[in-house]
Amino acid sequence: MTVPARERPLSPHLQVWRWHLTMLTSILHRATGLALYGGAVIVAVWALSLGAGPEAYQGFVDLMASPLGRFVLVGLTLSIFYHLANGLRHLFWDAGLGLSVTASHQSGIMAMAFSVVATITVWAIGLGPGGL
Amino acid sequence: MTDFRTPLSRARGSGAAGHGAAHWVAERVSAIALIPLSLWMVYAALVVSRSDYAGVVGFVSYPVNAVLIVLVLLVSGWHMHAGARVVVEDYIHGMLGRSALLVLNLFLAVLVTALAVFSVLKVALGGAL
Repeated sequence: MTVPARERPLSPHLQVWRWHLTMLTSILHRATGLALYGGAVIVAVWALSLGAGPEAYQGFVDLMASPLGRFVLVGLTLSIFYHLANGLRHLFWDAGLGLSVTASHQSGIMAMAFSVVATITVWAIGLGPGGL
Repeated sequence: MTDFRTPLSRARGSGAAGHGAAHWVAERVSAIALIPLSLWMVYAALVVSRSDYAGVVGFVSYPVNAVLIVLVLLVSGWHMHAGARVVVEDYIHGMLGRSALLVLNLFLAVLVTALAVFSVLKVALGGAL
């Protein structure tokens, strides 16, 4: 790496800006993406325990049914739906659509509302009576 | 869409980074694949959460389910590596720390994906019961 002749100015970072919606949705996209990285580790543990036999699998199920396990799973459900909806927003932006301030605010609110509603729906189905 | 690029830049097609946009495109293509795959995975998680051990093994052993689970694992493994890589490149500026995290990200993503894919195939091919 070459050393610059003088210090180049840095763009203003988080603490300089007033909070606004598109900034929040962008930060949430990265945060939920990293959370889902952890979710992939949990899926790998699920697959390993399933392959290891019924006792190991029961241990995994008990862990996920604990309060901490439930908290993590609800967080991951929120993360997957938010990252999905906001990712869709990013794909539209990449195509040059919905880039105006009004449109990006509206789609941001829609992505957050969708993730909450979809999470409640999935957990209602998951904890509700009857089969699928 | 407004085009900000000069004709010469378009002809070279290499963008500001000086090399191809393959990483950027691959992240988007995997994102498109994950729209249906992640929705199916939520459905699969609901089925699995309501089944006992034999039921889960039966679900995973069904060929379409086994293939879809493996696809979810491979594509999300690729996508999470690509996404975490961009986060590291954006926020970690020290040469050593950045390199270490990029290598760790690659190794971890491959290890997690490989462990999960192997276990699913073992169960699907009759190794669990």
